Amino acid sequence: MHDDPADPATDDRLDAAFTALADPVRRRIVARLSRGPATVNELAEPFAITKQAVSKHIQVLEHAGLVTRTRDAQRRPVHLAPAALEALTAWIDTYRLIHEQRFRSLDDVLKRTTKEKES
Amino acid sequence: MTNPTTITAPDGLPYIDIERDFDAPADAVYRAHSDSELVKQWLGPRGYVMDIETYDVRTGGRYRYIHRTPDGVEFAFRGSFHSVTENAQIVQTFEFEGYPGVVSIETLDLEDLGDGRSRARVHAVYPTIEARDGMIASGMEGGLTEGYEQLDELLAL
Repeated sequence: MHDDPADPATDDRLDAAFTALADPVRRRIVARLSRGPATVNELAEPFAITKQAVSKHIQVLEHAGLVTRTRDAQRRPVHLAPAALEALTAWIDTYRLIHEQRFRSLDDVLKRTTKEKES
Repeated sequence: MTNPTTITAPDGLPYIDIERDFDAPADAVYRAHSDSELVKQWLGPRGYVMDIETYDVRTGGRYRYIHRTPDGVEFAFRGSFHSVTENAQIVQTFEFEGYPGVVSIETLDLEDLGDGRSRARVHAVYPTIEARDGMIASGMEGGLTEGYEQLDELLAL
């Protein structure tokens, strides 16, 4: 996260990335692509949705600059763009919020259990 | 006053380190990590149902649990407890079933600080940096929507 938060270009790019990644199917596609390029067919496989729907998701990711498609004849595999990993790194902030919430719930549990012990 | 959470994901190393203090002694924090009835009350994202299939916190034990979103989407996690030292340490594997074959190893260390307080440190090791970043993205899907809502709230300040 070495991006300057005041830089509007960085801001716009992150906005687009975050919007694109707000969808669970698109997050899984990105997670799958972090292990290597894949075709639309391969990406559609784990989801109970049509190939057309997966193609739409890929288009959204493409517009956000998170994935690229090579013009490799019919296969046209989808690749994770280098910028995507950068955007994923920004996710650490979200990850932190989730843990924060989790630990606050744990605080509540501890408050209850230590009180039970005293009484 | 809430205790701060420190999370570090170093550049170039596939680790995540988390540190958090609690206003409770280490044995209470350990119990909240090992009694499935208690685990259920805090590990899942708020508003989601957490079903624990098995949660056998002892050396060689295993676990599997499922987070269910209000609209019925399920996210399952599983692993085994490699070694468990009561009130002090839990070493476990962790796998998000939506991202199979990518297994991290998580070490939780608990330390009493005196005055009824304790410190928890989690060190998670992933097979690759990409796996770490991918796991951050996909392995926490259950909590993500809420995370975004909280992020929105923060950004609106």
